[in-house]
Amino acid sequence: MNYFELFKFSPAFDIDTALLAERYRELQRAVHPDKFANDTDQQKLLSVQRTAQVNDGFQTLKDPIRRAEHMLSLRGIELSHETTTVKDTAFLMQQMEWREALEDIRDSADPQASIDELYQSFAQYRAQLTQQLTQLLSSEQPEDALLAADQVRKLKFMAKLHGELTRVEDALLD
Amino acid sequence: MAYSEKVIDHYENPRNVGSFDKNDPSVVTGMVGAPACGDVMKLQLKIGADGIIQDAKFKTYGCGSAIASSSLVTEWVKGKTIEQAAAIKNTDIAEELALPPVKIHCSILAEDAIKAAIDEYKSKQAK
Repeated sequence: MNYFELFKFSPAFDIDTALLAERYRELQRAVHPDKFANDTDQQKLLSVQRTAQVNDGFQTLKDPIRRAEHMLSLRGIELSHETTTVKDTAFLMQQMEWREALEDIRDSADPQASIDELYQSFAQYRAQLTQQLTQLLSSEQPEDALLAADQVRKLKFMAKLHGELTRVEDALLD
Repeated sequence: MAYSEKVIDHYENPRNVGSFDKNDPSVVTGMVGAPACGDVMKLQLKIGADGIIQDAKFKTYGCGSAIASSSLVTEWVKGKTIEQAAAIKNTDIAEELALPPVKIHCSILAEDAIKAAIDEYKSKQAK
């Protein structure tokens, strides 16, 4: 299923999220099971299936990582359930350092300042990855798709780090 | 999901946590990561001139299964030759720790960490 087609978008990584939300509401209305209350069981079943598809499509296109994964999956690269190991040492060293910095927040003199600093570093790096990813995904070259897959993997590590940082910040406020 | 007793034991009392001096010429480092869960694993081996692994240390950021897998591996590789260590399979790790199918990738990560460290050893030897 090509969700870009379902939502009438050209298959580009850059997406108008307001328009996406609008088309989602339209599609939801068009396929809603209530509209088929007087139809055949087959029609009702179809409506339930379409609704699930529309919901999944919206969640997929809304989230940048899932959107990129979907684009790559349309090109035959499956990332969502892979068990590939990343071996980029420089990247992993940086991940380790950031994880260590997260551990040190509790003992820092000004935890909130450390947290803000890390949020900023994470945001900067994510912006850089996202910019490269946008470029790579706009290319038709198969080797660029493989490079894009690497960027998506890195973004997944960053999503995890971001989640950990939010957790540390929440724990600090408790 | 319930962890096995062995996972809990390694998680609560991890063996060989820490780092060696990376400037020590007998130390090699394997760094690996799993994008699916964001886990990062560092395995360091101290290898003697005879090619026997004298000591091992690890540092892992990840779930209990990832920590247990790397902790177990540091115990297993000690006293082994490079070839013996390279022969350790993720299935051996998963079996020993009774990992459920959703956590198999943790054992794959630990196997790949050994391989990454050995790769560094080999490239160092070739110089």
